Amino acid sequence: MDLTAVYRDEYGRCVATLTRLLGDIGLAEEAVQDAFAVAMEKWDADGPPRNPGAWIVTTARNRALDRLRRESTREARHAQALLLHGPDENEEEVGPVRDDQLRLIFTCCHPALSPLAQTALTLRLLGGLEVPEIARAYVVPEATISQRIVRAKKKIRDAAIPYRVPGEAELPDRLPPVLTVLYLIFNEGYAATTGPLLRTDLSAEAVRLARALADLMPDEPEVLGLLALLLLTEARRAARVGPGGELVTLAEQDRALWDRALIAEGHELVRRCLRRDRPGAYQLQAAINAVHTDGDATDWAQVLALYDQLLALRPTPIVALNRAVAVAEVHGPGAALDAVDALDIPGYHLLPATRADLLARLGRTHEAREAYEEALALAGNDTERAFLQGRRDQLAQDRSVSRGERA
Amino acid sequence: MGVRIDESVLPYSDEEMEASYARVGKVNDEMKAAGVWVFGGGLLPSDSATVVRVENGSTAMTDGPFAETKEQLGGFYVIEVDDLDAALHWAGKAAEACQVPIEVRPFGGVA
Repeated sequence: MDLTAVYRDEYGRCVATLTRLLGDIGLAEEAVQDAFAVAMEKWDADGPPRNPGAWIVTTARNRALDRLRRESTREARHAQALLLHGPDENEEEVGPVRDDQLRLIFTCCHPALSPLAQTALTLRLLGGLEVPEIARAYVVPEATISQRIVRAKKKIRDAAIPYRVPGEAELPDRLPPVLTVLYLIFNEGYAATTGPLLRTDLSAEAVRLARALADLMPDEPEVLGLLALLLLTEARRAARVGPGGELVTLAEQDRALWDRALIAEGHELVRRCLRRDRPGAYQLQAAINAVHTDGDATDWAQVLALYDQLLALRPTPIVALNRAVAVAEVHGPGAALDAVDALDIPGYHLLPATRADLLARLGRTHEAREAYEEALALAGNDTERAFLQGRRDQLAQDRSVSRGERA
Repeated sequence: MGVRIDESVLPYSDEEMEASYARVGKVNDEMKAAGVWVFGGGLLPSDSATVVRVENGSTAMTDGPFAETKEQLGGFYVIEVDDLDAALHWAGKAAEACQVPIEVRPFGGVA
């Protein structure tokens, strides 16, 4: 049995359950790590247990009890009391409990923690990612990530951030940061800030966590919307990068490479959302992606109508920029350029990149080139940079042609 | 919970003060009814503050607050609750009544 795979699958679930049993995240992590150390020896000798998760939880619980008996601090006595008198005391083998993960994700994404701390803590505790992996993904020094995690765990303990799923009344405030963290994790895997374009491991982790969340909260349409959005985006992954590692735009993608099973699952989720008729930002973005993945070509009028709804709900410049792309397809590049020129998104490479494309389509080559240069100066990842360079160089050839025409 | 006020907007008018007292009084009553209230009060502006420190064995006094900034502690609540969410719930109500930001901090220990 591959212990690394078990670790990746079970770490988060086990830490979540142990956190409930011990009342402390730090103690829970120590106990689970202890249990995996024991597993490494035992499973080699005796073979793996039938239910590795349950084995880890039981072992971790027993190791924690041993450790707590040797210690006499107030926290240790408190945790020991919880363990001995908790609801699971009579169970022979305690497996990971799914609701525990939900509790833990709400604790990790508590708005009293900074956004980077929320993301790092979620990846560490629920995703089972190691500090160096998280640091690499977010291109920050390892020390920064471990410091954030340590500080966040300390705040959770000191400020008594509760370990529970918020009630119905609190959910409107508490669910959005959870969805944001999952979306950011996915996005970082889909369009990395620096280096190569795709970080498959991060996207897969986000999809796994979103699936778990949708499983646990099937009545929250935005949770289903987020999962659908991630699945429909993930479905196009293989088509998004060409054989030479180059970026392939939606219009040029080979639809045969799309993952039909993920698309079907995403479409079904979007239909479920439509039936509930409580639209939200993730559901609308999922619906837009459902239109992109429906039939042989995108129905841009429908995409534009959905962007109109999204813009009404989320009047941000990023949404307005994406809407402008649909405007170009429906009303032409001139109308889209007017919309784009009204926007200001400092540091965002896709604004000048979109402008450049529209200008090029309008035959305003010189301005298009300038806009591509501006986009290149801002783009971080290698694939997007190569794509923009390609488009810019394409312009140079077009220009000689258009000059000839003018002459 | 510390109530942060911007002293550059002081003084408030009489009507403003009265309306504020009424709103804050109502929240204080709610806290008492819920059994979370321990203690609370408003502070006079920081120009009434004196800082005392001991240096080389002798006590020195200086006029003014710790830091000369326009944002100062305007008052505080001491409440007793189970967790941060409960504290934030009351802080939200108090912030709405006082119409200023409130900083929530747990006690490290109580004498």
